[in-house]
Amino acid sequence: MALPLHRRLGLTDGELDAIRVRLGRDPNDLELAMFSVMWSEHCSYKSSKPLLRTLPTGGSGVVAGPGEAAGVVSIGDGLAVAFKLESHNHPSAVEPYQGAATGVGGILRDIFSMGARPIAVLDGLKFGDPEEARTRHLVRGVVGGVGGYGNCVGVPTIGGELVFHPSYAGNPLVNVMAVGLLEERHLTHATAPGPGNLAVLLGSATGRDGIGGASVLASATFGEDDPSKRPSVQVGDPFAEKLLIEASLELIERGLLEGLQDLGAAGITCAVSETADRAGTGIVVDLDAIPRRDAGMEPFEVMISESQERMLAIVRPERLAGVREVCERWGVPVAVIGRVTDDGLVTVVAGGLDEAGRPVPGATVLAAVPARSLASDAIVYQRASQPPAHRRQAPAPGAPESASDRLPIRGMDPGAVLRGLVGSPNLGSRAWVTTQYDATVGADTVEDGERAAGILRIRGTTKGLACATDAVAGVGWFDPYLGAALAVAECSRNVVATGARPLGVTNCLNFGDPEQPEAFWQLAEAVRGLADACRALGLPVTGGNVSLYNESPAGRIAPTTQVGVVGLLRDVTRRVPPQFRESGDLVLLLGEAVPGLAGSAYAGLAGSAVEERLPSLDLAREAALQDLVLAAADAGLLASAQDVSGGGLAVALAECAIWGDVGARLTLQVSAEPAVELFGESPSRMVVTVRPADLGPLERLAAARGVPVELLGSVGGDRLVIELVGGGAAGAAEERGASVADALDCSVASLRHAWEQALPRALGDDTFAPPPVGTVAPLDAGRIPGPVPARGAGPGSGTGRTPGTGPTPGPGGGER
Amino acid sequence: MRVGVVVFPGSNCDRDTLHAARLAGAEAVPLWHETADLRGSSVVILPGGFAYGDYLRAGALARFSPVMSAVRAHVQRGGLVLGICNGFQVLAEAGLLPGALLRNASLRFEHRWVRLAVERRDTPFTRAVPPGILLRMPVAHGEGCYYLPDDELARLEASGQVLFRYAGPEGNPNGSLHDIAGIMDATGRVCGLMPHPERAAEAILGSDDGLLLLRSLVESGAAGVAA
Repeated sequence: MALPLHRRLGLTDGELDAIRVRLGRDPNDLELAMFSVMWSEHCSYKSSKPLLRTLPTGGSGVVAGPGEAAGVVSIGDGLAVAFKLESHNHPSAVEPYQGAATGVGGILRDIFSMGARPIAVLDGLKFGDPEEARTRHLVRGVVGGVGGYGNCVGVPTIGGELVFHPSYAGNPLVNVMAVGLLEERHLTHATAPGPGNLAVLLGSATGRDGIGGASVLASATFGEDDPSKRPSVQVGDPFAEKLLIEASLELIERGLLEGLQDLGAAGITCAVSETADRAGTGIVVDLDAIPRRDAGMEPFEVMISESQERMLAIVRPERLAGVREVCERWGVPVAVIGRVTDDGLVTVVAGGLDEAGRPVPGATVLAAVPARSLASDAIVYQRASQPPAHRRQAPAPGAPESASDRLPIRGMDPGAVLRGLVGSPNLGSRAWVTTQYDATVGADTVEDGERAAGILRIRGTTKGLACATDAVAGVGWFDPYLGAALAVAECSRNVVATGARPLGVTNCLNFGDPEQPEAFWQLAEAVRGLADACRALGLPVTGGNVSLYNESPAGRIAPTTQVGVVGLLRDVTRRVPPQFRESGDLVLLLGEAVPGLAGSAYAGLAGSAVEERLPSLDLAREAALQDLVLAAADAGLLASAQDVSGGGLAVALAECAIWGDVGARLTLQVSAEPAVELFGESPSRMVVTVRPADLGPLERLAAARGVPVELLGSVGGDRLVIELVGGGAAGAAEERGASVADALDCSVASLRHAWEQALPRALGDDTFAPPPVGTVAPLDAGRIPGPVPARGAGPGSGTGRTPGTGPTPGPGGGER
Repeated sequence: MRVGVVVFPGSNCDRDTLHAARLAGAEAVPLWHETADLRGSSVVILPGGFAYGDYLRAGALARFSPVMSAVRAHVQRGGLVLGICNGFQVLAEAGLLPGALLRNASLRFEHRWVRLAVERRDTPFTRAVPPGILLRMPVAHGEGCYYLPDDELARLEASGQVLFRYAGPEGNPNGSLHDIAGIMDATGRVCGLMPHPERAAEAILGSDDGLLLLRSLVESGAAGVAA
């Protein structure tokens, strides 16, 4: 016997009852289809809503917060910045190029629907083992899709992260963050005020693509192999989006719109019900007026199609001619598809509306349901939560610390470990990805995000924006609370390292099936961690997105709280770069290491029994460290600042050396376990360099905030040398007959080589030519002298090298 | 001195180019693709982007737009035209510049900072470039591999029409023959290059070398090279 319709649409029997209660009758088939998409997890947040209410959202300068298409924060001068993270995980797993491309398209529409011009994209990508053919296919497709769409619409991709972790093998994550800039007076809301106003569809015709994307793809776990889901993936057209951006922004600038919402998940149904619900109005939809790509579409297909590059505008009748004029110039189709009403209902009519927006004689009302019942009054669940029987947790801050990491640290060669780490897929150069992204279109990119936070200048002001996105999946796997809190701390720290003051936090919560108590517990813990960290650091959560059901037959993904932070630089010319600058500058470690190697890159590389302990996060220490770095940057004391995170202190130092193309001679106090000090990923630490004269002032700022400062040594030479001294250094081990190096000593060239080759090698691409150091991010670019070329120089005169054909420069591997 | 920047649907460097042209001292105006009126521009720039979505082939559709007829007439009158990235592709498709821009040798989109050797400084496009320097600016394209049959390439070289070559440690990002990054037509009034001078017009962006090319155009336009 066939399943009843509501179950085939993904609604439970209980949800059908809840719909009946709201309507006071049985829904018809079209109404049921509309409820099925609106009450999907993706649109309704029915499992996560009670948790999300606990997040801190207020803050000075926040002019639009959660519930809006994107968070908006004021930055002075009448300007504001809009930003948001969103997931496109399931579509990307089915069809990686289009899934990722439409993910970019969707988040860009969220930004410009607020009246902001999109100025930057960042991506948070997570995959399984890079050695697997399937992973390589997904990586190529997703990176191609992000680039293909962003490059074409002309929004620079200025940062992000690419992480491999076995838990993502069957369920990759594609989170995309977009940032926009607007004049505050142009702030626009997704609302449908004013009965009598017109509901106007801008952009592409409606087709059968993306039918039920929200309910089919985003709100259920994957089976083994499911090509039947491919039609649920939308197809993107960045050219159409580019025209839609220009037309929408011009409409807003001219004051022609009362409201604007993008059409994403659940298509027209979502746009009309949410805009009406926000305004307390209704909308009557003239089904026949909706332009279609395919003949013979059923009413429910038209109402829930997720065809891309469409917007719903609310327009006063007298301004329609102006709207048409602008859209025609940009080649954007315009269709009046309905009217705002005062009855609070979403009404769908076949057969036509009259001039006043009433059904013409003979027309049929196909659906009439309260807008509220589809949107803000959708069903909400209090899901059952159950911690797993076995779990690892960080010790409480301040708890006695005694470390036994049980890793093979005795007898290790720390230099070999460091080369292994910087040459690992998760820590090596991202150039293989970032060279496929246009990072400089827009002519505002100051830092392209290859090394740290991406930075844009704001034309016409002295200001700049620093943007970063981070997740700490390795730790989240063990402890979702700590993973989320660490992600906030690290992302904020990355922004603070540039000297920028964080404005707010956006997030994307990627978790498993919320109907499973353990998975829901993970989500609840992560939201608690997110909230605690944001409160401690004084950061408002301005928006975000939830992606659940991230499971495959291979299992559930690591709980992944992707965090995005945008910060404001008052004077972009005074930004602090991450790399070593001048020989003789002093290298300092701010903050101190705590034990705990679980979830670290080192533990992954060592491959032996992972110890039980995670590094603890003391949010008060984190706040003090970030406050110190901002104060020092404001005072002009910092020559460079680099966050200590993946791979620990040694990797942070190696990156400073690789990017600066200069070494350092350092001494590190090690306690019992050199691995903890060198490669542990305990948070709340930063490597900074200062000119010798600035040491005293910096130490005074640090002392006032109770932040420990350790003078490690100075910049210079072409090797990174770290002598280990103290109780954990080689001496004691040598006495026991162990053979162990008492120093880490690597040439910068060998580190760079390992770092450059890591990702292409992991992905099996032996044709990639890495950009020479100092050419990725143009920080210290000066005009360099070159030979005066001979006129008419012929073939062979160029010193050129072609990626894919030329020799790879740089030293051979294995050098020490 | 007025510089017109053509805006095709899908152009995405038009705003950047207008801004950079103003920094170079020009009065810069947008020229909508549907108009044949160049608004009195002495110099016309075709900016980067994906004109008409680059469907079919990069630049293949843009050449049929009304503004391109006006651009041809502008060249015939002795006016100056610069095509940047997609603008270079449009000029090549339109037959205003020799050669073709093929898919990058790496078969990938390539965004990289490159250095350009300037082959001639006695042209309207390079007159403000001081001797002995390489110009640093980004490339960002999927189809920038310059190609011309051998005999035509030899003639191009012999007649001094190669203006810019990829040089320095960054090398040739796309496999272009002879490391060619930019060329002129036989009249010396139409130039196309793949790198983006408008993105390297301010020190804060990492380089202001691109401004030298735009200043050259402004000086040339002011000196009445145009009709």
